[in-house]
Amino acid sequence: MRRKIAVFLLILICFLLQSTVFQGIAFGGIVPNLLIILTSSFGFMRGEKEGMIIGFLCGLLCDICFGDVVGLQALILLYIGYLNGKFSGIFYPEDIKLPMALIIISDFSFGIISYIFMFLLRGRLHFLYYLRTIILPETVYTTIVTLILYPIVLKVNVWLETREKQGAQKFI
Amino acid sequence: MSPIIKRKGERFTLPSKYLLFILTVLCTGLMILTFGTNILDAPLNTGAGYIVVPFQEGISKIGNYLNDRAEELGQIKALLAENEKLREENADLTVENTTLMQERYELLKLRELYKLDAQYSDYEKVGARIIARDTGNWYHSFTIDKGSNDGLMVDMNVMAEGGLVGRITEVGPNWSKIISIISDNSNVSGKVLATGDNLIVSGELELMQDGVIRFEQLLDSREQVAEGDKIVTSDISDKYLPGILIGSISEITLDANKLTKSGYLIPAVDFEHLDVVLVLMELKQTLEEK
Repeated sequence: MRRKIAVFLLILICFLLQSTVFQGIAFGGIVPNLLIILTSSFGFMRGEKEGMIIGFLCGLLCDICFGDVVGLQALILLYIGYLNGKFSGIFYPEDIKLPMALIIISDFSFGIISYIFMFLLRGRLHFLYYLRTIILPETVYTTIVTLILYPIVLKVNVWLETREKQGAQKFI
Repeated sequence: MSPIIKRKGERFTLPSKYLLFILTVLCTGLMILTFGTNILDAPLNTGAGYIVVPFQEGISKIGNYLNDRAEELGQIKALLAENEKLREENADLTVENTTLMQERYELLKLRELYKLDAQYSDYEKVGARIIARDTGNWYHSFTIDKGSNDGLMVDMNVMAEGGLVGRITEVGPNWSKIISIISDNSNVSGKVLATGDNLIVSGELELMQDGVIRFEQLLDSREQVAEGDKIVTSDISDKYLPGILIGSISEITLDANKLTKSGYLIPAVDFEHLDVVLVLMELKQTLEEK
């Protein structure tokens, strides 16, 4: 229960930051994607199922508040969370390389998939332009923000895990 | 044998593969539902209105405050230098002002003759503050802090600084979502104010950074439309009220078909620094409504 509340709060905070404060400090109109960081890190920290559910919730929130079609971003983030969960077996909290690589790949593929579904299907074929002005800057910006946000998410997760262990021991 | 194995005393768990499948089907279902109908809008919007919007209002107020303070600090130096210069200018201007005051009287009288008084003044307007922007980087939509409780409805037009910003696409009790005319998925039917020729103004992501919007299908048979001409919303648009300023033409070229023209226009509104908008409380009357 504690985990559910904590995760829900994290999602809400990230979504709110992304839609308000980060819009003010956007470089060249590009906003970092905090929700990808969240989805992806819970994916490789906690496994497929949790990554999947968190991705779904994040995407749904974006869809309801800003999306054209409810379910599209939810679907993309759902799969990103699931695929990141596949790496939970080789994840160690001390190692920063794997999380960084996974988050960068996740954000980049999110950009590409969004382009395909929202622009390519409407006949906007100028892929290189979108890659240069939207997808790559967003990835770079997200990577920088990851350096700050990821340790926080990791701490929250470690805290939650220790509390859960204590609870289990008490029970025995 | 069932793949969902449940032993005695063990908690029931769903394998992630099945959960993935269920959620995928759910998402696809939601997409189809929102494409075809709008039955989902009302419950989802109300929910979002209660969970997210109050926070957004608060945070964006704080964010705006911090942003303003930061800008202030940066500007102090420049302002000191400017102040010096302005003092000198002030002296000159006082003299000029007196002459201008006399000319103003004349202008007011001439204006009355021309009946140039604001075209939009007969629409009822309500002011609203922008509290959040699209989380992605692809489209240009935002949320304002007024909704159906204040009498707002879907498709009402939104203005700022005397120009068209966009229209409302979704309404919740205390918020509404606006799609702006520079957004990639937006099209507006417009006309050239001087000649009355119709055209289509369509937002494009590629042009957003240059601060221009593309217009197309201008049938200018008399060759009268020139750069600098004002473009307003047309009478035939079914979403936008007629006569709202969109912008002025910055570039115009003949299309390859030698019949129509297209080009770019500079919007009347500064979308980068949009903060407060005006919602026109009137809907365009369409045939079905009567």
